[in-house]
Amino acid sequence: MSPLVTASRDFPARPRSAGGAAADAWGNAPYPVVVADRHGGLAYLNKAAQLLWPQASRGDWLHEAVPSWLSDAHTYISDGLRGMDADVLGGPVHDRFFEAHATPGADGDVVWWLIDDTDRRLAVTALRTAQDRSEALSEVSATLLSTLNVPRCMEVAAFMAAQHLAEAAVLIAPAQGRRHPMTYAVQGGPVTQISQPIDPHSVPGLAEALQGFPPVPARWIDPARIPDWVLPDGFTKPLGSVIVTPLPGHGVPAGALILLRSSTEQRFTEGEEVFARLFAARAGAALSAARLYTEQADVTATLMRELMPPSLTRVHGVDYAGNYRAAKDHEHVGGDFYDVHPGADRSQETLVVLGDVAGKGLEAAVLTGKIRNTLHALLPLAGDHQRVLELLNGALLSFHHTRFATLVLASVRRRGGKAHLRLTSAGHMPPLIIRADGEVEAAATRGTVVGALPRVTSHTVETVLKPGETCLLYTDGITEARGGPLGDEMFGEERLRRALSECAGIPVEALVERVQMLAAQWLGTGQHDDMAVVAISAPKTATLSVVDGHVSGKNWEER
Amino acid sequence: MSTTTSAAQALLWQAVADADENAAIAVLYDAMDEGLDEETLLLDVIAPVQEKVGTEWAAGRITVAQEHAATAISERAMAALAHRHPTRPSQPARRGRITVACIDGEWHAFPARLVSETLRLRGWHVDYLGAQTPTPHLIAHLHRTGSDAALLSCSLPTHLPAAHAAITACQAIGVPVMAGGRAFGPDGRYARALGADHWAPDARTAATALEAGLDRPAPAAIRQTIDDLPHLDDQEYTLVIQNRAQLVKQTLADLEERFPAMRAYSTAQRDRTTEDLAHIIGFLATALYVDDARLFTTFIAWTAGILSARNVPVTSLRLGLDVLVGHLRDFPRALTFLTAATDALHTTSDHTGPGITA
Repeated sequence: MSPLVTASRDFPARPRSAGGAAADAWGNAPYPVVVADRHGGLAYLNKAAQLLWPQASRGDWLHEAVPSWLSDAHTYISDGLRGMDADVLGGPVHDRFFEAHATPGADGDVVWWLIDDTDRRLAVTALRTAQDRSEALSEVSATLLSTLNVPRCMEVAAFMAAQHLAEAAVLIAPAQGRRHPMTYAVQGGPVTQISQPIDPHSVPGLAEALQGFPPVPARWIDPARIPDWVLPDGFTKPLGSVIVTPLPGHGVPAGALILLRSSTEQRFTEGEEVFARLFAARAGAALSAARLYTEQADVTATLMRELMPPSLTRVHGVDYAGNYRAAKDHEHVGGDFYDVHPGADRSQETLVVLGDVAGKGLEAAVLTGKIRNTLHALLPLAGDHQRVLELLNGALLSFHHTRFATLVLASVRRRGGKAHLRLTSAGHMPPLIIRADGEVEAAATRGTVVGALPRVTSHTVETVLKPGETCLLYTDGITEARGGPLGDEMFGEERLRRALSECAGIPVEALVERVQMLAAQWLGTGQHDDMAVVAISAPKTATLSVVDGHVSGKNWEER
Repeated sequence: MSTTTSAAQALLWQAVADADENAAIAVLYDAMDEGLDEETLLLDVIAPVQEKVGTEWAAGRITVAQEHAATAISERAMAALAHRHPTRPSQPARRGRITVACIDGEWHAFPARLVSETLRLRGWHVDYLGAQTPTPHLIAHLHRTGSDAALLSCSLPTHLPAAHAAITACQAIGVPVMAGGRAFGPDGRYARALGADHWAPDARTAATALEAGLDRPAPAAIRQTIDDLPHLDDQEYTLVIQNRAQLVKQTLADLEERFPAMRAYSTAQRDRTTEDLAHIIGFLATALYVDDARLFTTFIAWTAGILSARNVPVTSLRLGLDVLVGHLRDFPRALTFLTAATDALHTTSDHTGPGITA
């Protein structure tokens, strides 16, 4: 700075206001203090200010000594464009950030007090980042936890990763056979899922991540070595930086996550790597939970298939329909059961079984499975109901449980348009027969329960169903349904009979549905036992046969 | 509507009313041979006939058993139609996967069945869960299959609270819900009130909306009942539904006092009156739930229509409402609805509206 210039501006050689006790007080102040005159000349710097600007000295031009944000503010104040007590100014000085406060000095000088605000600002930024991240993590958790479906969970995880962590994300699930299910997401774009064979060793750190080893630092991964299959379809820019992180699961890895950023963006920082790991931990936990649920649900479904009631249809010219409602809404099976075992041909009897094991829920359902299997094995003896019940009784007594069962056996054969039935009740409600004129009669069969006593007795009755007549087998869940408009009444056999008498001649599936519906409406939202209904009917109209999609042979079955 | 369609409709109605399965199937096959496609048969022949079954019952021209029989025949005919379609079984689903179910407690499965068949024809993979699907089963199914959407059908308005629970449960696991069925109101107003993502008045609209794509709900926005329906805070719905049996008993006793003819009722007649009262209170509670008097007045007007079709004096209905007013003095919203319904009884004899088919 030329002293000549200073002199030419009629600048005093020494700042007046800087002298005396006040200046001494500033001189030792812990904050930088700069005094500038109204012409923009630097009048004084205290020790702290000299540390900031070691090159500056009195008499220099302020705008040549300090950053422009400060000298500009000074000019505004000197020109009266800005008040001293206007908003606090601030700006960078070297690699730090200062707030500048102005106070009036002598002779129109302005005293600038500078306060180092760097650490507070860093803290605020860090806090905001942390808040953003925890908000993102909470959103991620809520979204991931909402689904127990594995593909959907992967979709959500990849989408969120592309949303919050990177420009694009690829989620690679553990191999199923030789293929890895892959989920690709690009920020603001769609999520796509495919299953393909890949070589995990072709991506640095991927094979390790899939085996659950700690992640390889992002700076070790050379973007140039990333194979093309890693890049999602919408990701066309050159690759800048990459994170490969494992998705920790329940003991076994749940897969790996690759995060991609193009070269035009900032590289992943260490903080972002840490955040990516936090994200991966949540995604991995959610994926593992979904996978566990799916496995359990598959196991349950497989085991349950054997216990589910069969779907019934017409067999050898006789109509059958069944309907089942388990006691607990979240279960599909319970202690009631039914089966229809078709005869070998039309001349043979079809055996219908409907029963009720003491108790409800899965344990009861397991026992129904055993009873159904046993009865299946006893089919060759079905000509003698008493014999079947005796053998079943023996088998039940030898099982390791204390439950007994009631059941009804019905052997059915169609002859000349009518259905001939042999009915045997073993401690069960007698079947109800709905005649064509709406009369409802109970079959006069009776017998003891099975699985309780060493001996069983039973009495079998025979009956004939004319076309349109129906025999209804049901469990006590129907008649003992508690509720009704008054809240605590039993549905009862009387109401059931009354309802049935209005249903003469209707199709079997409509009948069983109507019975279940009445019982369900009677219950309202109340508790109930298992409820099973089976209807057996001699068809009213000519038997239908669908051959090659055409109705053929009307009346062919009449004889 | 083409003459073929209306002719087929008339023939199918005859077959269904006679409970003649073979005739019903023959009508559909003939119509197919004449060039009607399957969707037209489903939606312009079978659906209107099924609608007619309902109105004939309401008019007292067929019994409830006949109604069930007719529905069963329609269902069998529909199954036969699917069976005949030569390309369908091998045809893979071109679109996404959809779950169709009736709300827990809802037995009217036919509309849901029609929608399922329509969507299948249009290339969706449809899981049809059938009548009265317990919500836990529905949710487990959605988790297992990852359905793109759940279509929930509800015909009887008294199941709307259950529908609400099912809707929020589906959305909480990120599955969008399309509501359909008469219970949601003629313009879908209750579907909106209960926060469904979409409402469709018929199968074609449902298919179109699905083809356009439904956005997934934000799962973070899990809602409680009270968030959708802040008026429930007054507890009127809760108290009425909890004390329903008690209300029925008291109303019945009061009615006997004021309507001495009732004392001579047979058990069956008494049972029916009790059921009617329970229905009235059920609908009142539902109207309180969605906070809409129209739900209640429509039902009362419709009940009046049913009663007159069966030669039961409507006076008893008016008396019933009057007695309820006496028991619900402390329930301002309920009182408003009861008054509106009583007024409606004086002014209208409208027969259309939500159905009860008990």
